[in-house]
Amino acid sequence: MDELFIGVALILLVTIFVALYRAIIGPTPADRIIAINVIGTKAVIVMVLISFAFDQAFFLDVGLVYALISFLATVGMAKYLEKGRLD
Amino acid sequence: MLKDVLVVLLLSGGTFFFIVGTVCLIRLPDVFTRIHATTKCDTLGAGLLLLGLLVYQGLTVPGAKLVLILGFLWLTNPTGSHLLARAVYWRQQVPVETFDYTKEG
Repeated sequence: MDELFIGVALILLVTIFVALYRAIIGPTPADRIIAINVIGTKAVIVMVLISFAFDQAFFLDVGLVYALISFLATVGMAKYLEKGRLD
Repeated sequence: MLKDVLVVLLLSGGTFFFIVGTVCLIRLPDVFTRIHATTKCDTLGAGLLLLGLLVYQGLTVPGAKLVLILGFLWLTNPTGSHLLARAVYWRQQVPVETFDYTKEG
C-alpha cells in the first residue's frame, strides 16, 4: 500500500509542475492566483500522502498549517486585487 | 480485502479529478471558466483522496486529523475561489473570450 501512496504523490507532483506552468505564463494576475491556490491544495495532499507512506504522523500537522496559510494567502491576494490596498 | 479495494478506488478517483482539474487549468479560455473548473475538481479530488486515506487508517488520532484537514479544505476552497471570482468581476479588467457576461443587458 505504501507504493500506491508514493505513486499517487508522484502523479500529483507532475500536476503541480503543470499548474506552475500556468502560474508562470498566466496572462492576468487572477490566473496566477488560481494556479497558486491549486498548487497549495495539492501540496497539502502530497504532505498527507508522504506522512502515510513513511509513517511520520507529525506531517499531518504540517499539512494542516499549510492549508491555513494557503487560504490566508488566497484571501489576501483576492482582497488586494479587488480594492488595490489591504486595509 | 474489501477495504483495500475501496482504498484503491477512492485514491484513483481523487487522482483522476486532480488530473482533470489541471488539464482544465491549462486548456480553458478565460479566468472564470478556470476558476469554475479548478475549484470543483480540487475540492472533490482532495475529498476523495482524504476519504480513501481515512478508510485506510480507521478511527485513530491521525484519522481525526484527516477529518480536520478534510473539513477545512471543504470550507476554505470554495470560499477563496468565490472571493477571487468576485474580485475579478468587480475589477472588470479581464479579457473574456467566449461571451461578455461582465456587461449589463
